[in-house]
Amino acid sequence: MTKITRIGLPSDLKRRNFLIGSSAAGLAFGYVAVSGVPGISDALAAGKFEPTAWYSIAPDGKVTVMVGKAEMGQHVSSAMAQIVAEELEADWRMMNIQLVDNDPKYNDPVLGALITGGSWSVRMNFDAMSRAGAAGRITLIDAGAAMMGVPAGECRASNSQVIHAKTGKKVSYAKIVADGKAGKVWTADELKAIKLKTPDQYTLVGQSVPQLDIPPKTNGTAKYGIDAVVPGMLYGKPVVPPVRYGATVKAVDDSAAKKVKGFVKAVTLDDKTATTTGWVVAVATTYPAAKQAAEALKITYDNGPNAKVSDQTLIDEAKRLQKADDSGQLFVKKGDSAAAITGAAKVMEAEYLTSINIHAPLEPMNALAYEKDGVWHIHTGNQFASRTGGIAAGALGIDPKNVVLHQYFIGGGFGRRLDGDMVVPAVLASKAVAKPVKLIYAREDDMAMDFTRPLTYQKVKAGLDADGKLVGLAHDVVCAWPTARWGIPEFLTPSVDKKGPLDGFTVNGADFWYTVPNHQVRAILNELAQKATPSGQLRSVAPGWTFWAVESMIDELAHASGKDPVDYRLALLDGAGDNAGGAKKLANALRTAVGRSGYGAVTLPKNSGIGVACVSSQERATATWTACAAQVEVNPANGEFKVNRLTLAMDLGTVVNPDGVKSQIEGSALWGMSLALFEKAPLENGALQVSNFGDYTPMRMSQMPDLDISVIASNDPASGCGEPGVTVIAPAIANAIFNAVGARVRSLPITAEAVKAAIKV
Amino acid sequence: MITLTINGQSRQVDTADDTPLLWVIREQLQMTGTKFGCGAGLCGACTVHLDGVAVRSCQTAAKDATGKKITTIEGLGGGKPHALQVAWEVEQVPQCGYCQSGQIMQAASLLAKNPDPTKQEIVAHMDGNLCRCMTYGRIQRAIVRAAADMRSKSGA
Repeated sequence: MTKITRIGLPSDLKRRNFLIGSSAAGLAFGYVAVSGVPGISDALAAGKFEPTAWYSIAPDGKVTVMVGKAEMGQHVSSAMAQIVAEELEADWRMMNIQLVDNDPKYNDPVLGALITGGSWSVRMNFDAMSRAGAAGRITLIDAGAAMMGVPAGECRASNSQVIHAKTGKKVSYAKIVADGKAGKVWTADELKAIKLKTPDQYTLVGQSVPQLDIPPKTNGTAKYGIDAVVPGMLYGKPVVPPVRYGATVKAVDDSAAKKVKGFVKAVTLDDKTATTTGWVVAVATTYPAAKQAAEALKITYDNGPNAKVSDQTLIDEAKRLQKADDSGQLFVKKGDSAAAITGAAKVMEAEYLTSINIHAPLEPMNALAYEKDGVWHIHTGNQFASRTGGIAAGALGIDPKNVVLHQYFIGGGFGRRLDGDMVVPAVLASKAVAKPVKLIYAREDDMAMDFTRPLTYQKVKAGLDADGKLVGLAHDVVCAWPTARWGIPEFLTPSVDKKGPLDGFTVNGADFWYTVPNHQVRAILNELAQKATPSGQLRSVAPGWTFWAVESMIDELAHASGKDPVDYRLALLDGAGDNAGGAKKLANALRTAVGRSGYGAVTLPKNSGIGVACVSSQERATATWTACAAQVEVNPANGEFKVNRLTLAMDLGTVVNPDGVKSQIEGSALWGMSLALFEKAPLENGALQVSNFGDYTPMRMSQMPDLDISVIASNDPASGCGEPGVTVIAPAIANAIFNAVGARVRSLPITAEAVKAAIKV
Repeated sequence: MITLTINGQSRQVDTADDTPLLWVIREQLQMTGTKFGCGAGLCGACTVHLDGVAVRSCQTAAKDATGKKITTIEGLGGGKPHALQVAWEVEQVPQCGYCQSGQIMQAASLLAKNPDPTKQEIVAHMDGNLCRCMTYGRIQRAIVRAAADMRSKSGA
């Protein structure tokens, strides 16, 4: 399992005081990293109050929550505000959100950096946000009681008011803040001692309050990075090389580009971070002119060492690596899987493939960059501001503290904006022309230069005893290692066989909750892929492929031993040993999805089938218990098939906003289906063979199946819901196809040709 | 220099005739609710109305919009939220939100000519508008809701 401890700068809340202080602008709430705090008003007067800001209340009562998380449609900003408002007893109509820049004071308290991913946000911030809200409420009650001349102990807070029931007196938060006397320093111990609400006392958490980021997204006022503007800015359009990575520019002939009205300069990037290779930026006074100039540039390239790499060479290399016993490192080692498989009554083995996929968020990569008074300002929406600021600094050769990243709404993240490539052409072009440059990738650039979900090759070998019981499983996962590319050691996982760290984000999920006495998972880096296809984190990451293999194989084993795939799974989810607790929750999710789907109870038309899968995405330590039953109908004549219905059940612990959770499950399930059926980015001659939405084709409205979603009630700590839904769909569909027509497909995306070829005549 | 009538206002713009209307609207006129998604008419994020008809502004030359009434998301409701914008909030449609201006503009052109569309008609009309967050189910529900709302207000 992957355990993220800390990255980046220290911001350990355990050693910090929580400070609530009044100023003319209102009441501010935040952590400060000083031991001997001076008087609050002194600090504020001296302009020294620079806390790890959490929220503030203005004299009109408006509460503004600072959100250090990227808002990309998962409504995390709204969820954060909801958690604060619950304990603060604030009126939801008074809540506002503000996205923050890359100042370390806004770092995630648990991760120590500004990063949004892994479906971690709510889980990791829930307690700290709750305590911040509660401390605010108590302080406001103290101040309000003093204003009313009543004992604080007899007051309570509700709807942004402090209420003294005995006398019927009330005072609003707005009035208390305007009065300017509220303030308190909470020590870390005092903060920890606050008794938080129990789930039965929640009035806001668990309610589908309207998401705060939605209104501006219906009237055109929401600002994304691509909407940023500064006076006098120019526009940049990248010209990307004919291979994904490794090319160099030999010569640039701009004679034709010079004839384009508004053309300013062609900038060949000297990218010291090696994030990009062989890029040129055409700079002009308008974006259409930059595009026209880019097309007019005649560039000669050396295509470099990866110019011959294709999907097939990556697969061949993966197979070669997998066959070697000394390849890779162990992620899981329980018992002796090799011996168990050798001694098994029946041995099954299979290879599973997943294609390269790209993110293709609808807002193409972009960044507006300029230097002012020695500080570089970058306007862009980004999921990993801590690292992206560093990349900009590296490209410029300056100290990262002189880079300010201004955060915006993100027009689709899905992991793409964990990478920071877009800032490199922006800052280098701006530096070259000494003016602000708004750099926008054309869709074709965005697709060709994606940091992809890597191509994966997995080999699974299983041994069954005479009763069909799974006694040994060996699972090898070969692919590029996206997280290793980041060069941040804290993101890697120690290997069980002590052969050095491995990229846990390529094998998460393979450490499943089935009880298998002998179990081994090996992570193998495909160096060829690592060099030729810089990979990234794509929504759902490893569980998007590990469960494709595991949940397909478990189904194959069930059929091979003549058992029902649901019963077979439930038997393996016995909760023995370290699978206690979780396995039973997963079993419950499976039973829920199966029950609602009508599996085994309804009579299906000929060539139709229901298939199931269940997953513990994202990580073993942060599992969300998810199951799916997919119903498909197949035309055996040509292999074409249609997914009619996806029935999902999910147990994600405490639900902050039920409708928000549902919208994430809807979107993630359809993402899973889109990846399973419609999306593929082939690699040939070192280049991704995708250009626009004509050849990379995510799901359209007409392709949407019926969805049936159940969220299981639970008071467990809140877990993530933006990704697990993605990971359960592909195996459920493949298993349904098998149940419909007996065709086993083992490669994603699933094509009609593959189904037809797999139908046993 | 060309003259455009956009959201009821006449605007002079210094641009080449063949500049895509999208960039004139977004960068020169700074109405950034209309989005750049693909530049090829494949995603619908840049949808605006010309004389009430939904068009892809990335595929429309600025010159071809002269003499026509251009409507963008900023001007759709004529000062108050359009029934679709209200429905979009009620159904909590947007996730990342980037495609939603285009979705709403595309839907508005449907409801202008068909006050009670069937599900099939909605799908046929909306299928060219990509939503990468895949909020399609909610988009459908919001269109049905807005249509009902508009019918009840018009007394139909």
